[in-house]
Amino acid sequence: MWTWFHKLSSPPHAYRILGRLAPWFGWPALGLILLGVYWGLVKAPADYQQGEGFRILYVHAPAAWMSMFIYVVMAVAAAIGLIWRMKLAHAAAAACAPVGASFTFLALATGSIWGKPMWGTWWVWDARLTSELILLFLYLGYMALRSSFDDPRRADRASAVLAIVGVINVPIIHYSVEWWTTLHQPASVTRIAKPAIALPMLVPLFIMLAGYQLYFGWLLCRRLQGEILRRERNAGWLQEVA
Amino acid sequence: MDIGDFLAMGGYARYVWPAYALSAIVLVYNAWSAARLRREQLASARRRVSLVQDEPR
Amino acid sequence: MTQPAGLLESMRLVVRRELTLAWRRWDEAAQPLLFYLVVTTLFPLATTPDLATLRTVGGGVVWVAALLSSLLALESVFRSDVEDGTMEQWVLSGQPLAWLLLAKVVAHWLLTGLPLVLISPVVGAALGLPVGIWPTLVLSLALGTATLSVLGGIGAALTVGIRRGSVLLSLLVLPLAMPLLIFGARAVSLALGGESATGPLQLLAAIFCLAWSLGPLAMSAAMRVSTEG
Repeated sequence: MWTWFHKLSSPPHAYRILGRLAPWFGWPALGLILLGVYWGLVKAPADYQQGEGFRILYVHAPAAWMSMFIYVVMAVAAAIGLIWRMKLAHAAAAACAPVGASFTFLALATGSIWGKPMWGTWWVWDARLTSELILLFLYLGYMALRSSFDDPRRADRASAVLAIVGVINVPIIHYSVEWWTTLHQPASVTRIAKPAIALPMLVPLFIMLAGYQLYFGWLLCRRLQGEILRRERNAGWLQEVA
Repeated sequence: MDIGDFLAMGGYARYVWPAYALSAIVLVYNAWSAARLRREQLASARRRVSLVQDEPR
Repeated sequence: MTQPAGLLESMRLVVRRELTLAWRRWDEAAQPLLFYLVVTTLFPLATTPDLATLRTVGGGVVWVAALLSSLLALESVFRSDVEDGTMEQWVLSGQPLAWLLLAKVVAHWLLTGLPLVLISPVVGAALGLPVGIWPTLVLSLALGTATLSVLGGIGAALTVGIRRGSVLLSLLVLPLAMPLLIFGARAVSLALGGESATGPLQLLAAIFCLAWSLGPLAMSAAMRVSTEG
């Protein structure tokens, strides 16, 4: 198992493996997302309270989940890069950041859109939205720190420290924000009212989630391939690939 | 349910469709950006390799 | 120095050095405190002079102002040492870098955090906070600013080599400091209502312990990146 791990740190090897993996992520991802959208919009029954509006759940919840999942992946990749000095791991962390930030933005935007018909305002300081907002700040800070360094090695290692510190903080932030929203109970609802979840409504959610996960896998493969090519500017193996 | 009812989304159309559209835009953008990064780096690598090969020995 | 100093001795030396240096430039050392007072003054000016109204947000205002003032001070905590090569000496010395940086943060808190904490009852009174809540206010701020010193120290170590890194430092540290703000301000508002604030205070203490135990390790890792490159 460890020989496989060490082989992975060899750029040409990694490049080839990623290239072979990518379609296995990409096509199923496309299929699942299309299926999930169809199922969510057409087949799933409408909610008792929220009517057809609740269907936003099928793009909001997977985006929110991915935003948090990707942050953890990014931090783990950064830690691996820092501890074992694997450039590939650092490249993976770098590749994760803009994708994670996109999903966070999407979670915020769809959450806000969902909130308008439900609570009447475009923004509420509910636990989930506030946590997502802070997560967005963490992603943007990570990306800003990375881009302030000219030396890519320093950028890798500094942002790795930040990612690790951030990931330890995320549960604390999450808990504190949850706690904070329970303290102040305004007249309106403080949580995105979860529709009464019946199984027929859950199926498209899982399909979308699986689709988003595979989509992220495909993105990571392609972005990593791009990063490898960029970082290995003058290596001889490029001749075989190019 | 006919196509009109479907598009109307029980009155929530102006929330549901923008949400889905925005999601589609973000997903497509990220996919395009990742593919483009790889393509550009591949082209750049090809150029460099051909330069090296054309160099007089 | 013929023998390498022990841990406590090196801590004492670093703290004493920082305090001496600050004493010589005491006007610089007083700036965060002045900033704190100025920022707090902004809030009544922007809202209302009525103490009864100010009291409802007073705890939050004191906390936000303390956070911003601490961050302002943290921006330069390592800069002069990195620029004149002292930090490189520390990295190369046999002493554990995490411990030395911890000593610097201790000194930094004594110079900036502690004065903020001590003057906060006065600031609080200016915003309508009654005398009875002073112990809670002081304790929560003490824990909070001390934790922030460590968090800010990590950020400062990461950004020390970056041009105009001060805004970036705030962007990096403030999201991490939001739990402190939530629990600290909540402690004050509980005390205002006459209730016990032990819940949030204990949470603040827990975060403080976590920050002071693991923080120096992160600071040392960050500093090595910034100096070795």
